[in-house]
This record gives sequence, structure tokens and C-alpha cells, in this order.
Amino acid sequence: MALFVLKRFAEFVPVLFMIITITFFLVRLAPGGPFDAERRVSPEVLRNLEAHYRMDQPLYRQYLEYLSGVVRFDLGPSFQKPAHTVREWILLRLPVSLELGAYALLFALLVGLGAGILAALRPNSLLDHSAMTTAMIGICIPAFVLGPLLALIFALWLDWLPVAGWATPAHKILPAITLGAGYAAYIARMTRGGMLEALSQDFVRTARAKGLREAQVVLRHGLRAGIQPVVAFLGPATAGLMTGSFVVETIFQVPGLGREFVESAFNRDYTMITGAVLVYAVLVMTLNLASDIMLGWLDPTIRTR
Amino acid sequence: MHFFRKTMWRICSVVLCVGSVIACSSGRQIPDNVLQVGNGAEVQELDPHVVSGVSEHRILSALFEGLTDYAPETLEPVPAVAKSWDLSPDQLTYTFHLREDAEWSNGDPVTAHDFAYGWHRILSPAMGSEYAYLLYCLQNARAYHEGDITDFDKVGVRVLDDHTLEVVLEHPTPYFLTMHNHYAWFPVHQATIEAHGAMDTRGTRWTRPGNLVGNGPFVLTAWRPNEVISVRRNPHYWDAEAVRLEGIDFHPIDNHQTEERSFRSGLLHITSTIPLHRVDVYRQERPEVLNLQPYYGTYFYRLNVTRPPFDDQRVRKAFALAVNRQELADHVLTGDEQAATHFVPPGVGYEPIHRVTFDVEKARALLAEAGYPDGDGLPRVEILYNTSEAHRTIAEAIQHMWREYLNVDARLFNQDWKVYLSSMNNLDYHVARSGWIGDIADPINFLECFQTGLGNNRTGWSSPEFDALIEAAYNERDADKRLQYMQQAEALLLDGGPIIPIYFYTWIFLKAPELHGLTPNILGYIRWKDLYLEGE
Repeated sequence: MALFVLKRFAEFVPVLFMIITITFFLVRLAPGGPFDAERRVSPEVLRNLEAHYRMDQPLYRQYLEYLSGVVRFDLGPSFQKPAHTVREWILLRLPVSLELGAYALLFALLVGLGAGILAALRPNSLLDHSAMTTAMIGICIPAFVLGPLLALIFALWLDWLPVAGWATPAHKILPAITLGAGYAAYIARMTRGGMLEALSQDFVRTARAKGLREAQVVLRHGLRAGIQPVVAFLGPATAGLMTGSFVVETIFQVPGLGREFVESAFNRDYTMITGAVLVYAVLVMTLNLASDIMLGWLDPTIRTR
Repeated sequence: MHFFRKTMWRICSVVLCVGSVIACSSGRQIPDNVLQVGNGAEVQELDPHVVSGVSEHRILSALFEGLTDYAPETLEPVPAVAKSWDLSPDQLTYTFHLREDAEWSNGDPVTAHDFAYGWHRILSPAMGSEYAYLLYCLQNARAYHEGDITDFDKVGVRVLDDHTLEVVLEHPTPYFLTMHNHYAWFPVHQATIEAHGAMDTRGTRWTRPGNLVGNGPFVLTAWRPNEVISVRRNPHYWDAEAVRLEGIDFHPIDNHQTEERSFRSGLLHITSTIPLHRVDVYRQERPEVLNLQPYYGTYFYRLNVTRPPFDDQRVRKAFALAVNRQELADHVLTGDEQAATHFVPPGVGYEPIHRVTFDVEKARALLAEAGYPDGDGLPRVEILYNTSEAHRTIAEAIQHMWREYLNVDARLFNQDWKVYLSSMNNLDYHVARSGWIGDIADPINFLECFQTGLGNNRTGWSSPEFDALIEAAYNERDADKRLQYMQQAEALLLDGGPIIPIYFYTWIFLKAPELHGLTPNILGYIRWKDLYLEGE
């Protein structure tokens, strides 16, 4: 197992190298530069700015310097917001996105698993149909509709929760629900499917025959087999939740990395884009690895393979 | 099943308990007497010599103060750090007398040296400051900034003593005193800057809370990027007694809808703008919070004169005449925008002598004269705009007008902001949406853009006559004559020149009834020390 994990980690290095290289050159190929503005800067100012950010050097040299910086965890200064370095920005913003993603995941798991199990216990009942219809709606409504809708109901009409911001626990509820809703719906449908299949298996019949309580049968035996598709989905889902929060961050004014990432792309903030891509790549790869390890733990057949 | 019912009950009660605890602890209370401001995009920096935006200006004018300020009501210069000033008869030398009681937020006195140091800093080539050009009215400032001279002593700034500053100008500059509330002119605290790096280094830590030393009515206490920037009363400010707010929290909210919802839920006292589709709702339901003010900016189309068909002056004229601006203002624009028949916005004592009217007959005749009767044979025309709903709507309306009045099928073309800027800079367009907002309250700020070969020209247009008029305006001592030169220059720009003016901007924002002391003005300037919260 340890060898497997180590091997996977070793694979990270060439992949990250490729990602940095591609991003580094791709962003510089895009039309428009970081210093293009509505008020055009004079050639003298532009020259000085480029010198400050070492853009007057040949491209290969900039690339080598950037790479050597990355090794030292120095991602350079932000072009657009020079008050902070890219590393500072990421250290400030990433925890917020991770926190938001974690709450959303928690919400998605609680609601998704709960609804999925309930629906699977009574297939084709009213409960099942209403849970699955709600899930379908959850999948279909995009965050930019759900977010403002929730804000309207719970913040402006009912005045229960704040409309935007990230200061207190109350601020975190609506963004987490908005971000997690779609995933909750997926998980509900997956859990239902997985559970229905598991509950019709022989080992469940055996468990029942042993005289176990229904709760034990469902939660210990049925669920463990039934949530395997959910666990496989969890890696990409977690990555998606933690990296895909741009819309939610914008709607609720959450100071996360997602917004920073998208803005930096619009602003041609070269160092910020590359830095954010790097962090996201590490995040996605780590989460996928975690999900693989967990699958092995749940299913002995995968482990032996 | 009994088990599940029980479990569900347990889960529900836990959720309810946690929910009520969170709801009770929800930090909705706004600190007493602290103004909550929606401030648009997150600031780039809080260094007055690095930044270039409007949201930065808002915050920096709370943290710093220049030699003079202007009264929001009259836009006339009033004393700030300088208590008085003299102007030499040749209008080239100002002598500023600084007040003795002006202090930095750490208690150090604000002296003439601090201003000279600040101006030296922004003009240093290595700073790469975008707004350094505002100081080009100082003698030799341009030469120093462009590296032609390296001795700052040659630049027209002389410290006569701690409280007397002499400024020598390159040419008479009637608007000189009104420029000093722009951050480019703010003084900086030398010891603070140099404790964190060299004078001309960008992005050092001197602007962090705790480090930043300012001389304005407020002092920086918190900066959480993308969350909030807080400033609180500066007890060392010379006019601290006049400051009525305890502090200001600037919230960087770049999404207009989010900002409007925050205002509605009482989290903001004033917004930076308002979503356009909400203007009518506010007009009908809460007119008392809606503010629509003329703003010193023009929305216009640029024409690329290096490409057919706009290399022909008659075609440019025809296209400009075939825009029904009034109809656009009445039916397409929602915020009381004024139709623009000229380029320099009205409102600072300037009247144009030439206007672009709406005249279909004349437009058709001109187009025919240029060899395109009824639009026949006209090369393809594209309207370029940066991706935005509002720009698209306006472009569609104009596309419709040109089709109807000139029988020309213009195509719409949108690009992401930076790509659009790059297309404009490379003259890779036919017609491009543009805007210009005055940095200073003087027509010259609009007109000088279109001098030959300047970076902001972006049309390829060149007129020696126009250049000569701008140069004459620069050097003219007589105010009336100067105005006439500018009027003539604007007439040239409008009569088949490279632009089609469309409308004058408005400053649209929401303001809570309990906020008092704000005098809306054409420059969108808010003097924070005048504001106070009372009632509700």
C-alpha cells in the first residue's frame, strides 16, 4: 500500500512539470497583456513595468527563473495586485475555498446519502419519487439561479441569514448549500442505485437470515457495498467543489481562490494564473489519489489488484 | 422503520439547534457610526504612486491628503495641507504655504519635503507609475520621467523651508490647483517607505495595516483582500474635529447584483453602482435611495481611420450623423444618461461650438458622395465591444439605426476585455466602443488624447491643425482664449474626426437615508470627512 502511494506521488512530478510548462506558455500566447488598460500606459512606463517583472528577459530565461522559483515555493509577485505576492494570495484565499468546499461536501453527503438511503428502502414509493424528483431539480438548477434565489428567500424575505460575506458561521450556510446542492442530488441518485443493487445481494439475505436488526443490515452491510460508486465519485466531486466555486464565491462575496483564478485569467495576471493552476492541479491529483485509497479500503478485491 | 423515524427526528432536532445558534450569532451588527461602503473591484494596491483605479481613489482619499482639495459643491479648490498659496504674474510659479499643524498618522509633522519626496517618487522611471503623466505640468517632469534627465533638482519643485513649497510649471495650468486631490499628487512618509524597501520599489509591505502612515482624516486598520478594508479616525489629522464618522469599511463587491442585495439587507450605506435593470424598480419603489447624477465621462465609438471605409472623412461623418442619440437615451439607456452631441461632457464651464446632430438626409448624401450610394459597395463594417450585456444592447441599437438609415449591415463583434484592448491598440478593428472619464475637471483631459501618435488615440487619426490647437491651449495664459482653442479643437474632432459621441455617463448609486453630508458632483468625488450617519 505504502509503495502504491509513493509511486503515485512520484507520478505527480512530471505531470506538474507539464502543467506548469503548458500554462506558462499558453497564458503568454493569449492576446493582450497584464499592462493593457483603458488608459494606455506610455512606452517608457511599459518598459519599466516589464523590467520590474523581468518580462524584458528572453522567454526561456523567464521560464527557467519561474521554474526555479516554483521549486522554492516562490510563485512571484502578482502583476495585477502588486501589494501581495502570489504565494500570499494563495495562502490567504485557498483555505477559504477549501472551507467552503468542505461545508458543501458535508451538506452534499448528509443530504445525498440520507435521501438516497430513504429512497432505496422504499423503492417506487411516494418518498422515493419525491426525493428523486427533488434530486433531478437539484441537478438541473445552476448555482447562479439557486444562489440568488436562496439569498432572496433566506436573507431578504425571511431575514434569517446574511446576504453575502464570509465573517461568521451564518455567512457560510447559503454558499455551502448553493455549492453542494447539485452534488447532493448526484449522490442521492447514486446512493439509491447502489443501495438497491446491494440490498438484493446474497450477503444481505444472509445478514437478514442471521437475525440482525434491519438498521444493522442496511447501515453495516447494505451501505458499505452500496456507496462504492459514491466513494469513487467523491474524489472528483471534492476536487470539483473545492476548485469550482467561482460562481458561488461571486454571488455571495466569498473571498476564495476561485474568484481570484478567474479574475486573474481575465486580467492576464500571468503569475497568478500559473500559481492557481499549479495549486488546483496538486489538489485534484491528491484528491483522486485519496479516493483511490479509500476505494481499496472499502473493497478488498480492488486492494488485491 | 421505527429506527429510521427516530434517527430522522434526532437529525432534525440537531440541525434545528445548530441552526438557531448560528442564526443568533450571525454577525450582522454594523459597528456604530462606521460607514459601510460598496467599493466595486478589489484594490490593486494602497500605494498612491502605483494604483490607477476609481476604487483605489475612494480609499486613498480617506488615507491621504494633498496640498489642496476641492469643495464637492463648487469643485473650486480649497485649502487642505496648504493653508494658502500665491501665483506669480506669469502664472508659472506657485508658492504653497503649508499649515504647521498638519501631522502624519504617527505624529510626525507633514512638511514640504514629504510632497517633494512623493513627486520625486512617482516620477522615478523605475516606479512605472501609470499616473505620473498628471505631473507633466511641472517643469522638466516629463524629461525626468522618461529618463532624459537624471537630476531631480532640475524638476520644478523646490522646498524653500519646512512649510513652504515652490512649484514651477512647464506651461500655465489653470486647473493645477484642482488636481491635488488626485492620488498621484499625494505626499508619502519617507521613513515608512524606506523602512520596507527603496524609494522606487513597487509592491513592498509599507501599505499593510500597521505599516501604512498617512496624513488623511482616516488611518488604515484592516485589509483583508476581497473581504474588507477598514479605516478609522486619525487623531493626528489637522481637522480631526470636523470628522464625524468613527470609520469606514470599504467592501470590495464587484458583482452588482450582490452589492444591491447587500444594500437591501442593510449591510451597506452606499453602493458603487446599481444593476441597470433595477433602476426602474428603485425609481418606482424607493426613489429616496436612488441617486442619478451627471458624471464627467463620455461613451463613444472610435473609428479606425487607417482602414476602409473609415479612411474617408465623408463616411465617418455619415456614420456619425446616422445615430439617433436621443432615441437611444430615451429608450435604450435606463439611468437618465444624456445624449452626447459632442465629446467633452458639459458641466465645468465649457460649451462646445460644434455638435453632431442626427441628420439622415445629410448622412445619405455624404455616403453617396463617397461612392457608396445607398450603402452599395461599402466594405464590411464590424462594431467591436468588450463582452458585456450593456454594450451589446447599445451596439444592437446602433446597428439597427445604420441599417435603417444608411442601408449598411454592420456586424457585432465582442471580445474579452484584454483582447479588446489589444485589438484597439493594434488598430485591428473598424468601429470600437470606448469610454473616457475625466481625471481632472478640465476639457483638455478629454481632448489631448487625440493628439497625433499618442497612446490613447487608438484610431490612427492625425490632424496637424488639431495638434497645434492643443499646443496653443497648453501655452495660453488667457482663460477665454484657451477655451476657444479647445472648442476649435473639439470641432475638428467632431467634424468627420475619428469618434462618434453617444452619451454622457451618469453616476448611479444607492444611498441609505441615514447617510448625510454627501454632495453629488460631476466628478463622483466623495469627501469622507463631510459625511455623517444620523437617524433610522
